[in-house]
Amino acid sequence: MRIELAQQGDTLTAELSGDWESGLPVPRFERLLDDRAPGHPVRVIDFEASGLGAWDSSLLTFLMQAMTYCEAHDLEFRDESLPEDIARLLQLSRVVPEKEIDREEPEASPVARFGKRVLVAHAGIMAAVTFTGEVADGFLRLVLRRVRVRWRDLWVVVQANTSGALPIVTLIAFLIGVIISFLGAVVLRRFGAGYYVSYLVGYGMLREMGALMTGIIMAGRTGAGFAAELGSMKITEEIDAYRTLGISPVDHLVLPRMLGLFVAMPLLTIYADFIGIMGGMIVALALLDLSAAQFTGGLLMAVTLGDGLLGLFKGTVYGLIIGLAGCMKGMQAGADAGAVGRAATSAVVMGITLIVAANAVIDWLAVLVGV
Amino acid sequence: MTAEQLPIEVKGLTMKYGPLVVMQDLSFQVRAGEIFVIMGGSGSGKSTLLKHLIGLKKPAAGVILFDGEDFGEADEKARKAILRRMGVLYQNGALWSGMTLAENVALPLEEYTSLDAEAIEEVVALKLALVGLRGFEEFYPSEISGGMRKRAALARATAVDPEVLFFDEPSSGLDPITASRLDDLILQLRASFGTTIVVVSHDLASIFKIADRALFLDIEGKTMTALGKPSELRDDPPTPEVRRFLTRSSGDDAPVPDPERMRVPLP
Repeated sequence: MRIELAQQGDTLTAELSGDWESGLPVPRFERLLDDRAPGHPVRVIDFEASGLGAWDSSLLTFLMQAMTYCEAHDLEFRDESLPEDIARLLQLSRVVPEKEIDREEPEASPVARFGKRVLVAHAGIMAAVTFTGEVADGFLRLVLRRVRVRWRDLWVVVQANTSGALPIVTLIAFLIGVIISFLGAVVLRRFGAGYYVSYLVGYGMLREMGALMTGIIMAGRTGAGFAAELGSMKITEEIDAYRTLGISPVDHLVLPRMLGLFVAMPLLTIYADFIGIMGGMIVALALLDLSAAQFTGGLLMAVTLGDGLLGLFKGTVYGLIIGLAGCMKGMQAGADAGAVGRAATSAVVMGITLIVAANAVIDWLAVLVGV
Repeated sequence: MTAEQLPIEVKGLTMKYGPLVVMQDLSFQVRAGEIFVIMGGSGSGKSTLLKHLIGLKKPAAGVILFDGEDFGEADEKARKAILRRMGVLYQNGALWSGMTLAENVALPLEEYTSLDAEAIEEVVALKLALVGLRGFEEFYPSEISGGMRKRAALARATAVDPEVLFFDEPSSGLDPITASRLDDLILQLRASFGTTIVVVSHDLASIFKIADRALFLDIEGKTMTALGKPSELRDDPPTPEVRRFLTRSSGDDAPVPDPERMRVPLP
């Protein structure tokens, strides 16, 4: 890889020789010119390649560079002495003129940026409200028996979200029961009230943690799944295929999924409550001087049916939230693989956020009602 | 539908993606019983035009009349009535992946007819047999080849005997023999059922074989520049771009590798 420069009048001859192969650093053309001793101004650059060995794209890269430089500095680029195949490739690269594509948006003023954000947020809220309305309308038509839900679709969702989710729900609920009981045992023993640990475990699992933990698990597991599933169906045009057949994708895809969670979530919540209390009991028996009979006795005396029903109600609401967030993010997904990932992520974030918010609201209402 | 009726009429249509105009001033009519091809280079908006025709996108300006009715303005019930009369074959089939082929074909029948389960099963078997998929009822879309998927999708699109069929790039992703068979199937459908067929394509062999009339979308001008029988358009092209497209030439009269162009003139 060698370049020798020789000047005659206003013509600069660049003699290329040796092997020009990828992997070797390509010299910068303008650097070569700068390094030259100042002399007569150059108008023409003539490339010679009589001693050229093997060459590949690295030579072309160099020549392209030179050509761009010549264009920018009003110099004549002469390639007559270059081998014909090189000259032809260079010509080919210039056949289609470079397009001036301005993809960068002009810098907007803070007011404009704020306005844009408001518009985007407004559109997002409108889309969410519209979707919720469509789903509600679907449920209404379902109750009025104007939509038929395919039982097999529903069954698949119920199955995936009950028996399919049992291992993870078992593990988490058990550990949550253990943690509550452990906290209770340590704190209550100081006051000689270790007996009341069963009250804490029962009350905590039934009213709060059973439903909440199940909701969070299912938001990550099922909500993300729904979003990814519907998002990919959008890419493969399956959702368009429903639309152009005049079949509502909400009726066919969203309703069975939401209905499936509506059935599955209360069942899972009861199961999580039970497993959590079991976990709590094991810790209580191990750490405190309690018998199983004492534990259950204390539990049954303290908690009411209302506590259990409140947890069930919460679980059901969380199920609807997860289904709605997952299906909505899936149906609104963009049309590339990254969009499906983003849809799944935002379905989980939205699901968990709404679940925690709903938990707070329901607790507050429960205090007002006195449950 | 009589021969004088126009199943599809497009007047002054402008299509946009956000602020970007894809095509403007499109006006054409599709006649009953003809095979109408929308052709143009990659990125010219062929598929976008199809999405407008089947109601997935709303026109930025202009109207699309389906049998005299404005598709864009139609209410839910009217839309459904229009959709009932059209079938769409998507580029990759767009079969519902969670259902078997039989369930895919049966769904439109369940939605639009009052046939009982047994009758639906018979129609499904017939439709699948017509596209050469007899015995594949219980297969899932992921278990069959791309060509079979397209044919199954055709069975689904024709399940309720639509009056107008839309094809999005029917030969894309198919080998020449399979693509040619699909063309035969399209011609056969028109011959037997008198179906009006609108095809989006850039496959020349297929265009010359099936098209009664073809519409050319020009990327540079962002509008239609030709409408007519493909062989006539080739022999008497209205614009150089149409000639280049129909003769599959890279262009020898406009941007050419011209050494002169590369020379920066001396000051």
